[in-house]
Amino acid sequence: MSESDVTRDGVRHARPGRQAPTGVRAGRRRRRRGRGEQPMVPDAEFSSYYGRPVLNKPTWKPLDIAGYLYLGGLAGASSLLAAGAAATGRAELGRVAKLGAAGAITLSLAALVHDLGRPARFLNMLRVFKPTSPMSVGSWILSGYAPLTLAAAATEVAGRYRLVGSAATAGAAVLGPAVATYTAVLLSDTAVPSWHEGYRQLPFVFAGSAATSAAGLALLAVPTAQAGPARRMAALGAVLELGTFQVMKRRMGLTAEPFEQGRAHRLLRASEALTAGGAALALLSARVRDRRPAVAAGAALLTGSAALRFGVFHAGVASAEDPRYTVVPQRERLRARGR
Amino acid sequence: MSDGVEGHGNLLYGPQPDVAGAAGYPDAPPRMGFFTDTSVCIGCKACEVACKEWNAVPEDGLLLTGMSYDNTQGLGADTWRHVAFIEQRKPLAGQEPGVAHDDHDDHDDIDVFAAASRLGTGAASPGPGATAPPPDRAAEGAPAGEISPVSPDGRTELRWLMASDVCKHCTHAACLDVCPTGSLFRTEFGTVVVQEDICNGCGYCVPACPYGVIDQRKDDGRAWKCTLCYDRLGVGMEPACAKSCPTDSIQFGPLEELRERARARVAQLHAAGVTDARLYGESPQDGVGGDGAFFLLLDEPEVYGLPPDPVVTTRDLPAMWRHAALAAVSLVALAAGSFVRRPR
Repeated sequence: MSESDVTRDGVRHARPGRQAPTGVRAGRRRRRRGRGEQPMVPDAEFSSYYGRPVLNKPTWKPLDIAGYLYLGGLAGASSLLAAGAAATGRAELGRVAKLGAAGAITLSLAALVHDLGRPARFLNMLRVFKPTSPMSVGSWILSGYAPLTLAAAATEVAGRYRLVGSAATAGAAVLGPAVATYTAVLLSDTAVPSWHEGYRQLPFVFAGSAATSAAGLALLAVPTAQAGPARRMAALGAVLELGTFQVMKRRMGLTAEPFEQGRAHRLLRASEALTAGGAALALLSARVRDRRPAVAAGAALLTGSAALRFGVFHAGVASAEDPRYTVVPQRERLRARGR
Repeated sequence: MSDGVEGHGNLLYGPQPDVAGAAGYPDAPPRMGFFTDTSVCIGCKACEVACKEWNAVPEDGLLLTGMSYDNTQGLGADTWRHVAFIEQRKPLAGQEPGVAHDDHDDHDDIDVFAAASRLGTGAASPGPGATAPPPDRAAEGAPAGEISPVSPDGRTELRWLMASDVCKHCTHAACLDVCPTGSLFRTEFGTVVVQEDICNGCGYCVPACPYGVIDQRKDDGRAWKCTLCYDRLGVGMEPACAKSCPTDSIQFGPLEELRERARARVAQLHAAGVTDARLYGESPQDGVGGDGAFFLLLDEPEVYGLPPDPVVTTRDLPAMWRHAALAAVSLVALAAGSFVRRPR
């Protein structure tokens, strides 16, 4: 800014000397952590409107929606365990998986309705069928899946109508994988950078996480002799979840950064440790008579899977709150197109 | 969406010249929209007030942000027009910051009325007159050796950018695509409107919007946004904001006509030396198939809080469903693999 002359007659040649330029480097200052992983992409300069977000952040309540993602995965993969148990004659595994699926899907439906701004209008979800809306597709999947799991669980408890129960178990196993993976599309089909950019891998991450959680529940409640499939499912699920999550972060570039920061980072680190540790402990638990390692493995897997969903949820919200993750990738896209 | 996921090309992405027709209106009126020419916005916020008054939009916090004259901050459930204020050390062409007007004033030779009358003669356009004198005029007026309001490189120090933001009424509207209840719909005018008696407040439209327009009203639970005054359009009136705009910064009309007018205005501004002028959201080739409400900006979009290259998220939805289906199959295979060994 230029100098102004203060004279007896007042200030002359004064320029408006405001020192709050907007635009360049107006983005939110980022904390740099000494430890932890380094960012994968160097800092890029970008402009923003007083550092304010471009996007409106999701209004979803974390407990409801991240909880719903988790319970949906738990239910879906449990239905697969239930069908497998029925096919291989593992009665106790089947009972736990059916009851687990029914309980989880009931809770998740309650969470979904609770999150609505107008819960009394939840049936409006079934007014139309829209393939362009993952939430519409999900509502229709759930409206088929939930009655099937409830029927399977009810016949299991009642010990009657075995044929109906078997049909319901099989039906739930068909829809279960869809329930577990469509939730990734639900998150990805938004403008939220850290949810959208990972759309190729996120369904696989959620599938793996669903498998570890269902295996965890079975390990908690099923005797060691019948928990063999759950142990293998825990190991395979952990490999799928952790492996695809690493691939996803590597492919996402700048928008992977929110996974490495703040609350999301803590949740995801905890999730990694619990899932990997739980899966290892699950495999070990087959060799000991003691039930306690299996119970600990089950609890770790269930918690790890929940932490993953909450971590992904919070990372997305953080990416929507910072204009950097909206503006910089779009600028790079424009530059790549030569504009 | 039963009205034709098949049958019409470019339903999710790309140019779509007949947006109302693709949504199922056989004899739709021409697509209506806004052209917001920010070069003549004076930041009076009449549009914000008129919008609130006409649409009975509730108060959304009376606070001072301390960042600028903008205490509205951004679009949301209770703000359907938002005037952005940007203060920059970068001039409009030939802008006179209006300081140091004493008896040494060396600008007596500038007749602002004459300068204004010369504008608009350069490029053929009926658009509103520009406020900037010709670019080199002020620099010439500054004698050497004396401090003038013009800095040595011929640039003044400061400029104000003001811009009235609004829902873009995208050709491919993510909010509409992801709405699970059908509450959001495409009108016969090609605009996008929420039906408040249908919306159940699922909130999916909020993160889907690439511009951060629509939001959930806290005490009400439902999603709200600009309707482009659907009620006024229905009886042949222009939207409240455009009606109230004193400088015609907000222009309302058939989109095709607005696009022509906007191109002429950009040419006029370029001729006047305002080389920063550019259109935003007018191209049907962009990531949302073109906006129904587009803008003439004087800086990069992100300076105004707009995304530089927005893409409708549903462009990638077919790929998302494919990946999810593959993941579901993987989960089945994983479960089957877990049962491979015989029971003990």
